[in-house]
Amino acid sequence: MSDNTTANYSLGGQVPTGPKILTSRWESADGHTYDGYVRTGGYTALRKALTTMSPAQVHDEVKASEMQGRGGAGFPAGTKWGFLPADVHPRYLVINGDESEPGTYKDRLLMEKDPHQLIEGIIIACYAFGAAQAFLYVRGEMALAQERLAQALNDAYANNLVGKRICGTDFSVDITLTWGAGAYIVGEETALIESLEGERGMPRLKPPFFPASKGLYMQPTIVNNVETLSNLPYIVNQGGTSFKDLGGATSSGMRIFAVSGHVNKPGVFEVPNGITTFRMLFEAPEYCGGVRSDRKVKAFIPGGASAMWFFDEHLDLPLDKPTVDQAGSMLGSGAIVVMDETTDMVKACWRVVRFFARESCGKCTPCREGTTWLERILHRILTGNGRREDLDLLFEVSESISPGLAWPPRQTTICPLGPSAVSPIASAVNRFRHEFEHYIEHGRAIAGVEYVPMHAGSSHGAHAHV
Amino acid sequence: MSRFNDSNVTLAKEIIGRFPRPKSAVIPLLHLAQEQDGYVTRDAMSHIAELVNVTTAEVYGTATFYEMFKFEPIGKYCVNVCTNIACQLVGGWELLEHAEEKLGIKAGSTTEDGLFTIEDVECIAACTEAPAIQVNYRYRYKVTAENLDQLIDDLRAGRLADEIPPHGTLARVRQRTTDTWANTGIEAQAKVDAR
Repeated sequence: MSDNTTANYSLGGQVPTGPKILTSRWESADGHTYDGYVRTGGYTALRKALTTMSPAQVHDEVKASEMQGRGGAGFPAGTKWGFLPADVHPRYLVINGDESEPGTYKDRLLMEKDPHQLIEGIIIACYAFGAAQAFLYVRGEMALAQERLAQALNDAYANNLVGKRICGTDFSVDITLTWGAGAYIVGEETALIESLEGERGMPRLKPPFFPASKGLYMQPTIVNNVETLSNLPYIVNQGGTSFKDLGGATSSGMRIFAVSGHVNKPGVFEVPNGITTFRMLFEAPEYCGGVRSDRKVKAFIPGGASAMWFFDEHLDLPLDKPTVDQAGSMLGSGAIVVMDETTDMVKACWRVVRFFARESCGKCTPCREGTTWLERILHRILTGNGRREDLDLLFEVSESISPGLAWPPRQTTICPLGPSAVSPIASAVNRFRHEFEHYIEHGRAIAGVEYVPMHAGSSHGAHAHV
Repeated sequence: MSRFNDSNVTLAKEIIGRFPRPKSAVIPLLHLAQEQDGYVTRDAMSHIAELVNVTTAEVYGTATFYEMFKFEPIGKYCVNVCTNIACQLVGGWELLEHAEEKLGIKAGSTTEDGLFTIEDVECIAACTEAPAIQVNYRYRYKVTAENLDQLIDDLRAGRLADEIPPHGTLARVRQRTTDTWANTGIEAQAKVDAR
């Protein structure tokens, strides 16, 4: 990005820039290969950590980086590692590559385009907190990522970068590559652990099953996201402070956001964390280049399907965790979906709710029953069979899953999936109530939105498979 | 029929060896069974149960939780059309309906010749390339009605056989268990179990 592109830019100030620390090999044809990785500085951080730093020093750099986990919750990674009880072994690292939050699209690219960077991050993490075995759990539907990681692991083993006595030191660690088989809920860390144990992927109750103390096989376990670990080579090579300085005061480093929906150039962008605003991402020519057909933004999802929706008054907020939290939503997994003014909000709301209804694991009654009911009510509104009392009923059912419909959500369930289904309802019904009422009164969308009639029998209106 | 063949038994034992506890290998072995037969047979589940020393019911219980495992034959090519929010906003449903029309079947069913199954799926992590589909979990981006037609014609004519293996095969590169496999995790686990 040059000054020329930003000079004519109407945002009042330049769009912040930063180095590509996660995506530097994405454009390179052989960035995913061992040769391509080593040629561009790969595995230097691992050698540096193993031969010149103690595990505690590596952990200190990660603490100094103040990196917030990139999986959704945003908990500081260095602090999380610190929860492991001292001297309890074996302890495990589990890598969460089960990316499935609607709108989220970055871990797959990190695994496909730079698998060695992730592997290097994994070994560094294992060294820092003393794990002897790591489990790399990739989403089942990602065949190319699985293939690239398998090749990368075989090459890393062959070059003594994983396995016994890595780089000639007395540090040994194994990485077991495995993958899921289609279940969104397995992205939740305790459900992922259940799945790794060969079980149905249903979340465990916390407490007592906090993974750091009682995780995989009831041993201390750290579950880290792919993007989180992919940052470690940079942090070790450049230092935690230098990582921290790339971002804003309360959000450190660079961060990847996927922007999809009604923008001219949807894309996956690595931006300075905490200082770039939503408007910059949507409008800047180097990012999305504006909303399609110069329309206005009607709503956008700032952090994946589980997040509360944002509207035009939120456009100038920075992509900064505390700021977005305080505004009543979350940055989640870096998934932004933009809806322009022609979007049928009833249909958008139903589609997100149908996702949660389909993906509820069924363990907790409020979620299993509630999400199904919510989907059915919205579906009948959409097909012209809505009832006057339906909007109240939506809120009543929502209340039973997430009392008070507050943010952050309270929950009557073990995990946050159920309350997540309430976010689109609380967002869309509160803001666009007239659209729902119009459907109930007239059996169709309001004028001015893209309206595709839905019939009970068509695939377009298929019920959730629950 | 449809227990693991000999080479897959060897592979299965290798996979089991990479986990501290055998039951952890259930999902990878179910994938292996699906790769061998195109779907997961009852016999395969019994065989997995023997290999990891649990009951067939436990294997079945795990298997049925996960959407990718099929318990009866499906199409050689499973066409998964994403209709989740990012794809819906730019025509995912219309694309699904087009696929249904082209193949003459509804989502969730298989053509009579056993070649194609259509599924209406949730987000497949290709949101900026919407509308997106997968064929046997291989991506196609920004799919239009025209290139969906072309894709189906190509698959039918066998022109994409190199790129898209039959349903059941995911990664075509397998992790190898090499001499440098330290098994430290397993040894350490054994010590815990012995206490």
